[in-house]
Amino acid sequence: MPTFVYMTRCDGCGYCVDICPSDIMHIDSTYRRAYNIEPNMCWECYSCVKACPQQAIDCRGYADFAPLGHSVRVLREEEKGTISWKIKFRDGNEKDFVSPIRTTRWGSIKAPADYEAPSAEAMKSQELAHEPDALNIEALPALTPDKFKQGVV
Amino acid sequence: MALFSRRKTVFVDADILVVGGGMAGCGATYEAGYWGRDLKVVCVEKANIERSGAVAQGLYAINCYMGMQWDENQPEDHVRYCRNDLMGLVREDLGYDIARHVDSTVHKFEEWGLPIMKDPETGRYLREGKWQIMIHGESYKPIVAEAARKAATEVYNRIMVTHLLTDAKNPNRVAGAVGFNVRNGDFHVFRAKAVIVAAGGASHIFKPRAVGEGMGRTWYAPWSSASAYALPILVGAKMTQMENRIVLTRFKDGYGPVGAYFLHLKTYTQNAYGEEYESRWYDHTRQLVGDYVDRHPVPTCLRNHALLEEVKAGRGPIRMVTTEAFQDPHKETVGWENFLGMTIGQAVVWASQNIDPKHTNPELTTSEPYVMGSHATCSGAWSSGPEDYAPDEYQWGYNRMMTVDGLFGAGDTIGGTAHKFSSGSFTEGRIAGKAAVNYVNDLKTDRPQVSEKEYEDLKRTVFQPLETYRVGRNEIVAGTVSPSYLLPIHGLQRLEKIMDEYVGGIGAHYTTNEPMLTRGLELLGMLKEDLDSLGAEDLHQLQRAWELQHRVLASEAVTHHTMFRTETRWPGYYYRADHPALDDDDWHCFTLSRYDRESGEWAMEKAPVYHIVD
Repeated sequence: MPTFVYMTRCDGCGYCVDICPSDIMHIDSTYRRAYNIEPNMCWECYSCVKACPQQAIDCRGYADFAPLGHSVRVLREEEKGTISWKIKFRDGNEKDFVSPIRTTRWGSIKAPADYEAPSAEAMKSQELAHEPDALNIEALPALTPDKFKQGVV
Repeated sequence: MALFSRRKTVFVDADILVVGGGMAGCGATYEAGYWGRDLKVVCVEKANIERSGAVAQGLYAINCYMGMQWDENQPEDHVRYCRNDLMGLVREDLGYDIARHVDSTVHKFEEWGLPIMKDPETGRYLREGKWQIMIHGESYKPIVAEAARKAATEVYNRIMVTHLLTDAKNPNRVAGAVGFNVRNGDFHVFRAKAVIVAAGGASHIFKPRAVGEGMGRTWYAPWSSASAYALPILVGAKMTQMENRIVLTRFKDGYGPVGAYFLHLKTYTQNAYGEEYESRWYDHTRQLVGDYVDRHPVPTCLRNHALLEEVKAGRGPIRMVTTEAFQDPHKETVGWENFLGMTIGQAVVWASQNIDPKHTNPELTTSEPYVMGSHATCSGAWSSGPEDYAPDEYQWGYNRMMTVDGLFGAGDTIGGTAHKFSSGSFTEGRIAGKAAVNYVNDLKTDRPQVSEKEYEDLKRTVFQPLETYRVGRNEIVAGTVSPSYLLPIHGLQRLEKIMDEYVGGIGAHYTTNEPMLTRGLELLGMLKEDLDSLGAEDLHQLQRAWELQHRVLASEAVTHHTMFRTETRWPGYYYRADHPALDDDDWHCFTLSRYDRESGEWAMEKAPVYHIVD
């Protein structure tokens, strides 16, 4: 369902342009508002819909297989840590869903350089960062194969 | 010439350059930042790492988690599972390596804030299946991107990397990469001691089922443009198992995932007449592949095969029986949130067609083929294995280093390691990131040299489509038809048609043979020549032009590999009609290719499959 932008809601902020993974949300040079320049390269990922501060972007199902009259609307609230969906069927039925999106504060991830610097010995070991502790087992598993078999097993 | 001389060139020097900021690229960046405290780690991404790669939309499950802390699975079990699913052929050394590390990755994800569902009784992660755990993953990618941004010295968004650079003295050594900024058109030259390619696999090389507006609703993201393969191929890195394309059984039109439906909701399939059909094709399948059909779980390709045969026999459409499970409100919620979390388009298709799975059993279909390295398939670069146990033939340098010095890979880029998915791709990025730090440290003062001629020549090549369009556009009144140039969409549609008809796409029932492949290569050769005439109206189209270049080169690799392997190893993914059976005597091996960019020739060879797990 390619995205489209409502003329009266878009203020041309460009958040959608900045986030679109497919580089298809661009600013129209005449109206100074965003639009989808290449609907057939839209994955309907909703990244732009979620990012729009004005709720100006919506989707209309792909014309080649989606009959009109439906909608799937979303509200992503970072501070609340939730995403809310409203699905409206062509026949008018509706379904609502809410899910959490994050359990920690945005920006709270500790940078790898803020951990104690690894030893020279660790550098040459097979362990990755935070191992073995982060595995929650005593030691990183290893193989000591005595033979390598060829053919069907 | 003014066009070229006016254009600004930006130079970036790095110790480690990570190309692609998806799951694998973020893992590589994080780990390189952890181990390389004094190194400059640069991540470059053609979109914005906040929402890029295959996980841009989110995920509802992590499909690769051992659960070693609860003794749920051991890495050996995962190796056996992958080997079984891929009909015997995986790099067991690499797969074991991912499996032994992946739990620490997932535990960090949870610490960073990814909501992982818990079993209320045991307190453990809620299992969807043996390997899968369920998450609320709408913000999976933004969370992972935050970790990568904190690890990187610099992140460059909106730069499409088009080519890797090689050392002026040693053509088999990487020296960096070039690309262009899709917003301002600056040419970027990244000079680096090590490069980790963590770019995306390939959608849109075979004609998709929807060719109108819905062509964007491919199973794999339309922005996965085969850079994972084209970048290493162009500098002569060996590739493996490129014939091992994947076909997905999915909900019709939206390609919504079926994993949670089968595994967690316990829904099942039946034909149009309400009959179970898989057992009907057992004897037939056994004749093709022998006792691989008796393995558990039944390999993904063979389940596709039964579905395809049933449809060919005229008893389609195949449906997923959801009406029973969806009477349970909890299961209904899981079924819908599963789509909203990772394939919103399927929810839209169902809403638009009044399909409520509580009352209607939705149709399934098989997708067009894709080439990638992280799902139930393992195309990609041939890489060196872990130092502590990989067999000698799989080990020539640092872990995850390709056959080009200093060139590493992870995720879709690395071949032979199926079923790594998001968590395994991030983990493989971490493995490559640490190995690249060791590589760079061991170099000491030895740094590769970039020749000015090489990047200046590439600059001309990269921007040529803008010039071709500018000149050619004046010849015609208006419109898209020009005698002097092809637009990227023209080339893409020709590529998809060639691959579909000659290399085993949907239009050919996934079937090909040597004469078809030979003809396909002839047509691909002409398409490759025509790519010199690509015209790009603006920088967005220039990005499309280079995505097409990458797709065509990967497609050529796929076709050569498919020609080389004279058997049908994965019925349900593709069929060599001239060699319809599996042939373990001659083909229990990997296929390897190497491209010579000077001559344009492909050299094929076999490599042994070593089983290191019983």
